[in-house]
Amino acid sequence: MAEAILRMTGIGKEFPGVRALDGVDFRLLPGEVHALMGENGAGKSTLIKVLTGVYSIDAGEIELAGAKVAFTGPLEAQKAGISTVYQEVNLCRNLSVAENVFIGREPRRFGRINWREMRRRAAELLTRLDLSIDVAKPLSTYSLAIQQMVAIARAIDIDARVLILDEPTSSLDAGEVAQLFRVMRRLKEQGIAILFVSHFLDQIYEIADRMTILRNGRLVGEYVTAELPQVELVGKMIGRELAELERLDERPPARTSDTLVEASALGGKVAPFSLTIREGEVVGLAGLLGSGRTEIARLLFGADHAATGTVRIGGEQVNLRTPRIAMSKGVAFCSENRREEGLVPELTVRENLILALQADRGWSRPVPRKKQDELVAKYIKALNIRPDNPEMLIRNLSGGNQQKVLLARWLILEPRLLILDEPTRGIDVGAKAEIQKLVVELSDGGMAVLFISAELEEVLRLSHKVAVLRDRRVVAELPNDDTLTTDVLMETIASGAAK
Amino acid sequence: MKRLAWPLGMLAALLLVNLIFTDHFFQIEIKDGHLYGSLIDIFRFGAPLILVALGMTLVIATSGIDLSVGSVVAISGAMACLQISSLTSQDSIGGVLGAVGIALGLAIALGVGNGVLVSVIGIQPIIATLILMVAGRGLAQLITDGQIITINSDPYKLIGGGYWLTLPFGIIIVAAVLALTAFITRRLALGLLIESVGGNAEASRLSGIRSRGILIVVYAFCALCAGIAGLMISSNVSSADGNNAGLWIELDAILAVVIGGTSLAGGRFSLSGTVLGALIIQTLTTTIYSIGVPPETTLLFKALVVTIVCLLQSPAFRAKVFRQRRRPAPPAVAADEKVTVRT
Repeated sequence: MAEAILRMTGIGKEFPGVRALDGVDFRLLPGEVHALMGENGAGKSTLIKVLTGVYSIDAGEIELAGAKVAFTGPLEAQKAGISTVYQEVNLCRNLSVAENVFIGREPRRFGRINWREMRRRAAELLTRLDLSIDVAKPLSTYSLAIQQMVAIARAIDIDARVLILDEPTSSLDAGEVAQLFRVMRRLKEQGIAILFVSHFLDQIYEIADRMTILRNGRLVGEYVTAELPQVELVGKMIGRELAELERLDERPPARTSDTLVEASALGGKVAPFSLTIREGEVVGLAGLLGSGRTEIARLLFGADHAATGTVRIGGEQVNLRTPRIAMSKGVAFCSENRREEGLVPELTVRENLILALQADRGWSRPVPRKKQDELVAKYIKALNIRPDNPEMLIRNLSGGNQQKVLLARWLILEPRLLILDEPTRGIDVGAKAEIQKLVVELSDGGMAVLFISAELEEVLRLSHKVAVLRDRRVVAELPNDDTLTTDVLMETIASGAAK
Repeated sequence: MKRLAWPLGMLAALLLVNLIFTDHFFQIEIKDGHLYGSLIDIFRFGAPLILVALGMTLVIATSGIDLSVGSVVAISGAMACLQISSLTSQDSIGGVLGAVGIALGLAIALGVGNGVLVSVIGIQPIIATLILMVAGRGLAQLITDGQIITINSDPYKLIGGGYWLTLPFGIIIVAAVLALTAFITRRLALGLLIESVGGNAEASRLSGIRSRGILIVVYAFCALCAGIAGLMISSNVSSADGNNAGLWIELDAILAVVIGGTSLAGGRFSLSGTVLGALIIQTLTTTIYSIGVPPETTLLFKALVVTIVCLLQSPAFRAKVFRQRRRPAPPAVAADEKVTVRT
């Protein structure tokens, strides 16, 4: 076995109230794809941030190519050959693609930026990733997937010896993932060590050579991917038997309850559509990224204005001009965009949790502190939010736990219709199962749920019926009976019509 | 409390300088049933600044800024003095109360205007309030007809220069406004909603917070505070000067807010921090006079001290200095500040 390019031993890191990493060992061989596995809050992100110098370590040491290193910032780590592409694209959307690739290290001539050279080299670099786009255009004109590729292009151009990809695939479609994997294999051949984090187990088994599993900030072990069956992997990640992961395989019987929401010819950023949602019914929205799923959710919540059509909620026609009006009718909306449309990062878990409730009551009727504490304790326990410290700033929580807090924010209001836009994206298996179970429980309790997810299996597992979208148009509405499979859904999406 | 450690330390340092250089600085005596002394003076002359800074704190917490407070100070003083000067008896309490009411009403209206520009029309706060900052001086001059209006009204004099229960009346007003603000923001839920809007406006909207209404209320409150400060300033000198009343007070107020630990990016705010910040600025001004800095260099001196204060408060700066001093030692673990943590 080749000598490790990167070796971390006994890494420890503590945050106020949390031991994020405790004696973790980790090594990375040149020319391998190494998956870092663990639930949300297991310490994956912290380990990466420690490695890239974003955080300093409290214990342990890091060796790069045999030499001991201690980075004091991401720039230093980058110079040493460790490049990172984060989950959320960390680029400047208002700058051009070329500027983004070369920001901070622009090619210069006579002390001035050589724009022509910069564009040429950027285009060349992107061609290596099979991407031919106009590099002079602002990054924001391209899709999230292409932005991700640009971030990777930037990372590998900085003579990287170690490339860290933190959830690079969470917003890519299948074709784009394949493209990314081609690029990764090519980089691997060049001897670059790739650290790969993803919640998609299939992807891990397709690309990763070895993996390291973390749980609650501790090392579980290092494994060769081919020798570890998926079931065992999941068991090691969540540290318990798979009872809770039992697939909810029974098809939910169709609901015959009263109609709760009736949208007719509702349109705006999507073509006019009609949709009814019954009480206690889970309606899935299936479709590719950008097919109009989120737009439908926003229309029903009054976050966007409808250009046409009407909405009836509980038989009463409602003009959904603002989210407040939708809320007063019992509609809740959990956005897919946690960072920009959900979290208030400077506030605590408790404050984020009661925010919608407080907004509903207005400024003059505060939720009594005792009631706040009760509610917060109840939902932290019910949703298994970790760490269970309500006074912690929410930005210090891991993504999955942030998502649970945002869910709880709406559950407190006991809505009649809960709109969940990609509630399980970027979340580990355990939390995902918990959220799925919760959706089933809520709908059994009579709450209607509009469930949006890119994972068709998940949509199928939970929904009573599925509306299929393509190119911002509802192309089919299918009851979830025995004939409906992911293949049928995919075909419907591809052909743009129900069979 | 920990957040207030730095401002508290700085105030203590400034007071220490006075203890060394100024005789009888800490002496407080009662003359004619009134409290006298340098410390009392700091509170008394600092009262308008504290008020303006309180309003500014809430505006900044919404990630806005209000540059027009100086102009509102001038307008409110001018309006009150104009009304009083037209009274048949300037000592009539009813007349003075009416004048005060009109002046404060005007201030609130101007603040609502600011709030509408920012929240409904969507102009950036710095530009929206810049309009009133410039136009407001003109408005104040229009009210005073370009003259300095002098009045002679005992009830009005009370606001800025009078005493009640041995205390300067201004201090009592400040205490009342502070208590009211603290109650509404911290006992009631307005503070949480303001911090939420300042921390993430879109998330707040999607959580059902009426951010427009909140912004308008906050700008109106800020203008009201400035209006009261304007009454104090004009009452103290029994005249209204549209040109110079409240000149540059917006900058001192913003500074007080920042020294008090409220971030200009919005979000978390600290009322007690702001009060401390305003007291630091006022103490500095007093100190400059009392230790005899030559008048032609006072502005420069003040700027220097303020720069040092701000640098000392910046965690990034402290970390840098700290790290450089520790360079010889193993540089690995300097975990005292999470300066580089941006998540």
